Formats: sequence, C-alpha cells, structure tokens
Amino acid sequence: MNMINIKVAAIEQVTPLVKHFTFVTDDGSAFPAFSGGSHVVVSLDIGGRVHRNPYSLMGSPDDTSAYHISVRLQEKSRGGSVFMHESVTVGMQLKITYPVNLFSLAKKGRKHILIAGGIGITPFMSQIADLKRMGADFELHYAFRSPEHGAFATKLEQHCGEKFHCYTDSNGERLNLNTLLIKQPLGTHVYVCGPNAMVVAVLATAREFGWPENHIHSEQFLAPPIGESFKMQLARSNKEILVPADMSMLEAIEAAGVEADFLCRGGVCGRCELNVLETDGALMHNDHFLTDAEKASCKKIMPCVSRAKCDRLVLDI
Amino acid sequence: MALAFKQETFRDDYTYSNSPREIKRFPFPFAEDQYMYSVNIEPHGKGKAGSVFEFELDIDEHYVAECIDKKITLEQDPGRYESLPHMMDAQWDFVELAMDALSRDYPEHFSLKKNGLQWTWENKPLGIKDTFTFGDASTLPMEPFDYMGRQAQGDFVLLDQRDETLYADAGFVTTQADWSLAFNVGMSWREWHGPVPRVTELGVMDRALKYLLNLQLGSPVRRLNWTMTINPRLDTSPENYPFWGGDRNTVNADNVGELVHLRVELQTLFRLPRSNGIMFGVRCYLISLNEIATHPRWAKRLHRVLKSLHPDLIEYKGMTKFHPLAVNWLANFDDGAELGLGTQPE
Repeated sequence: MNMINIKVAAIEQVTPLVKHFTFVTDDGSAFPAFSGGSHVVVSLDIGGRVHRNPYSLMGSPDDTSAYHISVRLQEKSRGGSVFMHESVTVGMQLKITYPVNLFSLAKKGRKHILIAGGIGITPFMSQIADLKRMGADFELHYAFRSPEHGAFATKLEQHCGEKFHCYTDSNGERLNLNTLLIKQPLGTHVYVCGPNAMVVAVLATAREFGWPENHIHSEQFLAPPIGESFKMQLARSNKEILVPADMSMLEAIEAAGVEADFLCRGGVCGRCELNVLETDGALMHNDHFLTDAEKASCKKIMPCVSRAKCDRLVLDI
Repeated sequence: MALAFKQETFRDDYTYSNSPREIKRFPFPFAEDQYMYSVNIEPHGKGKAGSVFEFELDIDEHYVAECIDKKITLEQDPGRYESLPHMMDAQWDFVELAMDALSRDYPEHFSLKKNGLQWTWENKPLGIKDTFTFGDASTLPMEPFDYMGRQAQGDFVLLDQRDETLYADAGFVTTQADWSLAFNVGMSWREWHGPVPRVTELGVMDRALKYLLNLQLGSPVRRLNWTMTINPRLDTSPENYPFWGGDRNTVNADNVGELVHLRVELQTLFRLPRSNGIMFGVRCYLISLNEIATHPRWAKRLHRVLKSLHPDLIEYKGMTKFHPLAVNWLANFDDGAELGLGTQPE
C-alpha cells in the first residue's frame, strides 16, 4: 500500500479532550489535494505493535502544504488516542495513507444539512470549504456537551456566519431534529457524524419523513472493540494464530506476517472483507458494511472491527 | 529520449503505420491460447522502461497525428465532448493529472510551471503555450477537460461516485470502439455495462465495481481490453458507422494482413483528489496483422485466440464478417507447437 511519510509540524490542545495535529510531508513536498470528508489512516508503532487509526482531514482541501487532524482522547482507548495525546511530539515522523473519502458530498444536492456531535465535527471542516467554493446552499448544526468542548465553534461561526447553528448541552440547548428535517426542500441531503445515538436519531428521523435513502449520509468509524481472545486458522497462509483480547483480527493477521487488504479499518469501506470457510461458534459482526443477510450467513467477516466467539474459525487468507 | 512524431492519417488514405520500435512495445494482450473475459485489473505502477506501462500517460510516435485526428472528429461532432455541471472539480483534477504526468515524464516535450494558482503550460509538439489560473475556467480558451483532453492520446471518461456506484458524467471520446458518449453520458456502471455478453452471470461486473469504489488516490490501476478494427481508424463510433462499418465487406484473402488491425485498449483508472471521482482512460493502440506477423510468436498466439473465441464474443466485437479470413491467414504462422505463457513478442 502506498503511504506518505509525514512529520508532525504542530500540536495544539483545542479542548480538554481534543488535540489538533498539523502534518507536513517529510521531504517538504506538497500533499495531494483531497475532497471534503476524506480521512487518512495514521500508523503508530506502539511498543512494537502497529496501530492504524483513521482520522478525518479537517483543513481546507485547497491547502496542500499541510494536513490537519484532530484526535479525541477516547475513554476506552486501545492505546491509539492515548499515544497520539501523550507520546506524539512535534518533529516526530509517522506514516499515513493517501486520503480516502467514504463520506463525500453529493454534488448534485440542492441543499446540504450537516449535523455534527462533538468530535464528529472534523469531516465537516473540509466539507464546508468545498461547499463554500461550490457556492452551495448549506447549514451546519453542531452540538456539544459544554462550552469548553465546543472545539472550533468560534472559527466555524466566522466561516459560516448565519449558516452556523450550535447547541451547548450544558446550557440546555438541544437540536430538534424533527423541526429541522421536516421543513427542508426537496433535493436536500443530510449528513451526520457524531456519537452513535445521534447518528441513529438522524437516520430514523429522515427515514420517518420519507427522505430517499441516498439523501441520508453518515460516517461513524468504529474502533475495534476489546473482546475475548480466540484462535483462528489462515487457510491459504497455513497458519494458526491467536487474536488477543485487545487486538483486532486484522491486526493479528498483520502481526503474523500475512499481508491483508485494508482501507478504512473502521468497518465502513468493505476492503478487508474475508471469506469464512469454517466456524463452530458465533461471529460477532461489528461493521457497517455487510448486510444483515450476509452477517447471518456466517460466510463473510470484516476483520478490522469484528471478532468471533468460537473454538474453530478458518479464514480464506 | 525525444520522440520523433510521425505525419500520418487515421482516416481517408490511412497512412498510419508502426515503426519496428513501436511494434515491439505494442501491448499484446494474450498471455494464453484461449481468451476469456475477466476483470484482469493490476496496479498501474511504474512499468518497464520503454514499455507502454512506463508512465501514467503514455505518448508515442503517433502523438501529433492522433491529436490532429481528435480535432477533426470534434469539429465534425462537438458532442464527443460532454461534461455535466457538477463535474468541474473533476475537470480540474484531470488537468492537473495530465499536466503533471506529461511534464514530469516527457520534459523534452512538455513543461509546467506552477506559481501558486498561476500555471504556465507549454506543449512543444502541438505549439501551445498558455498561462492560466488553476480553478478558474474563464482563464482557458475552453473548458479545462476539453482543453487538456485534446492534448493527450486516448479517450477519457470522468466518473462521479455516488449512491454506491459510478456515473459517467463527463467524457472526451473520439477514439472509441463502437460506443457512444452521447448515449452513455449520465449512465451508471450497470447501465453502461448492460450490453457486455456473458459477464453479468459471472458476477464480474459487480466485483469490479466494488473494487473501483475503493480505488485509492495514488494507486492507479489498469487493464487491457481488445477488439479488431478494419483500417487503422481511431474514430469507430456508432455516430459515424456509415463511414467505417462497410469496410468489413472489403476484407479478402489478399488484403487481410494489411486491413485487419488488432485494437488494444490500455484502460487506466485513477482516483481523482478534489472531486473524489475516477478518471477512466482508454488509450488505443492499433497494429495490423502484417505488423503482428513480424513477431511470429504473436501471430501464432493470435491465431489460437481467434480460432477458439466464443461466438458471442465474435459477434459482440463486430468480427463476424472477417473472423474466418483472419483465422485462415494467421494459420500460416501456426506450426501447432506448444507456446509458453506470456505476452512477450519473442
């Protein structure tokens, strides 16, 4: 996989839980341009074990001199966000993937409603730059816990003016999805990124009002959940390996020296899909990619976020 | 090394021909004696020096003549260039990709100077030099995709990615193997592949689509496709069928080596950065059976491939009329001995 070598140029604490990182390329050359809503996967070598975490690019897509990401310190971190917060320093060299966009704007949309919760604001930062350049009609609705958690609110207000609406939970301000979505003109697209409850509520409300499925967009990267350890066999590589409790199947496959395809590592893109040849237990599908029928068939699994509870699992890799 | 561009025609008197060097680098597509439709996608990385896979965009001795032929086709039918309004970002992505690639890989023929958004582009073989503002279409003499599509060999389709599929929403198509941009523009993946025989059942198109939806920036891919064309004609469009369709009736046992051409398309797919679209390039290479026969291994291989081709494919590729003549002619080069795997000429 083609990677870009980068250097950390600046780190800024923007809220008690969020740090903002500025990356430049190792050799000072320009980054590729990208489209609003793109993310990169950052590789982190934590004590000899490689973690790969996806983060949205939040700078303007026109600025190819630097890439910007923000990282929220996760309560149940497997180490990635803690490492980013505590061990990554200015000048450190890292590897990132080329930008990937799994949350792109519908360019033919007549109006765009962007709904962000907390750190879910990040993909919208670059999308706003695209929307403004295209002269598109949009509204940004940004909800967060309390004033000190409203990272970027001031900046966004300057950028978006009256298109910007924010809701501070601790002040009793709530975003009313019903009143927001029911009044939108035909041809409006809605985009949501934030905590699971918010994503579920937006999807349910839009569907309830009869919005076409292809006008409803969400992005929700999952961190691989911690579970119980289990063994699996890699048929084509002729290996039996252990998936430890705090490692994903994909990471365990990579650690065993077997090359596996991947892209988002967050259960969204479908690139790492593997065929399950045999299993005697339950597959715990955590991804947003496979259909319910595919999940029930026990024939496929997304090793980036899913796990198994079984004594025997044979994968076609 | 500077290329010597030939003066030749792809219509009327058909003076097009390949030099021995060009024949040798021809992207012969048959590694085995039997052909079966497959996705056959591989990374479009830096290929062997001198091969058509060496650079992102390949240009050769036919560059100038092909650009002139494109211009004639467009003048006669401006509908060969089409771009829907939401494709402007993709248009600029294409300009950047083509200018970066040509100036980097053929510095003796092309140069690009970037001063912020002020770019100066020079195309020496075509005598073009323009300074423009990247992102501002009013600073170019025509739409950006049109401008740069005229300066690269091959056809280009810009695909918009939405609703889990790809839409052909812009195109510059003057060298096509019997398909129409005017008919296909705005169509989705499944719609424009509808006519391809024997693939829907195989699930090939669904797999290919899934793969392309995840195509990554910085990791372009390619595949070869092929058909056969009578005379070295680039513009074998349905719109101009009256001008070339009848040529199939002119093939006989005496002129088959001269008239029948293997037409190979080097199809490349690049993820585009700003638009998140995909650039689909179709670079067409033409070689006569006479030229193929200068490498007996190729003639032998082609004989076996054509002889064993499924009737549905013979019909789909429009070869029904002259297929037996080509097979008989090529049989002269086939001693029946086993041929190892691979596409190499010798």
